[in-house]
Amino acid sequence: MHELSIAMALVARIEEARKEAGADRVARATVRLGAWSGVQAEALAMAFPFAAENTGTAGARLDIVSVPVKLHCRACRGDTEPDTILAVCGSCGSDDVEMVAGRDLILETVTLE
Amino acid sequence: MCDECGCATREHSHSHDHDHDHGHSHDRDAGSGEANAGEKRLVLERKILVRNDEQAERNRQWLRERGIVAINMISSPGSGKTLLLEKTLDRLKDQVQCAVIAGDQRTDNDARRLEGRGSPVIQIETGNACHLDADTVGRRLPDAAGDGIKLLFIENVGNLVCPAAFDLGESFKVALLSTTEGEDKPVKYPSLFSQVPVAVVTKTDLVPHLDWDMDLCRSCLRQVNPGMFVFELSARTGEGLDAWIDYLLKLG
Repeated sequence: MHELSIAMALVARIEEARKEAGADRVARATVRLGAWSGVQAEALAMAFPFAAENTGTAGARLDIVSVPVKLHCRACRGDTEPDTILAVCGSCGSDDVEMVAGRDLILETVTLE
Repeated sequence: MCDECGCATREHSHSHDHDHDHGHSHDRDAGSGEANAGEKRLVLERKILVRNDEQAERNRQWLRERGIVAINMISSPGSGKTLLLEKTLDRLKDQVQCAVIAGDQRTDNDARRLEGRGSPVIQIETGNACHLDADTVGRRLPDAAGDGIKLLFIENVGNLVCPAAFDLGESFKVALLSTTEGEDKPVKYPSLFSQVPVAVVTKTDLVPHLDWDMDLCRSCLRQVNPGMFVFELSARTGEGLDAWIDYLLKLG
């Protein structure tokens, strides 16, 4: 249950952006969460309001965009999204693959009031 | 050969900063939409854990300057990290200078088990936190890894999920999996097992008493991480320990 740590880091990033822009309040924020990020969307959503208390982010809406794992194949150079938990290329079946998406833990956008 | 973990089989990354573009489309972000009147929408694309990652890079640089290989050991509670470390320190004594940072929520029990084996041991009590982070480790690095230390073992808090998200600045991570836990742990917890170059299957001495299928376990490991090294050992009996020790000697 490290989602509270993640939520506190998230609020810190949002607050940095808010202060850089000289705004008083944050209306919304969008986060991109990879399927293998190790962070659960529901737990992050639950922790977010507590982390935002007494900041300019309090009351802001959090949108979480979940992204699947994407593998890049070094054999056929194709990118595929595996259906199952299987680190093999979906095109040619090679296991010489690199994960290029799926660990994302990114603050995409902040909407300021 | 990879000069971090010694992995010879294939190219893989030890940095968890994927700086390349993920080519992700924002068209589907219906929820964030356009800003309403009087609102201003900023596109940031900032890593949430950027402060941890920056401190992890400082830790990595500090360790690299001193020629120290740091191994972040992650597993469930009770999978045998501390016993493996006890035996490892005993075997490496007089061959390579080691140090340990042990993380637990409470008590210095692990540090006390590991002391007196020729290596400095630092215990970090994380309180309620379920993982070590780069800042906590960075503050203790100078105490833990003094002159002459070549191998630093960081025994993370027993937890298969949370520690996987926090880069500590280690050279690489090792995941442990004990035979009492079930062969399919790697596919149940891919966020950890997919990012470690090395896995250690522990408590192999118990296999005769369990319905344990080693081939199935190997298959589950390779499903999420085809190029990983796998060690199979019993720290209690010493079975399979030589390969692990030889590997560490090559690193140190």
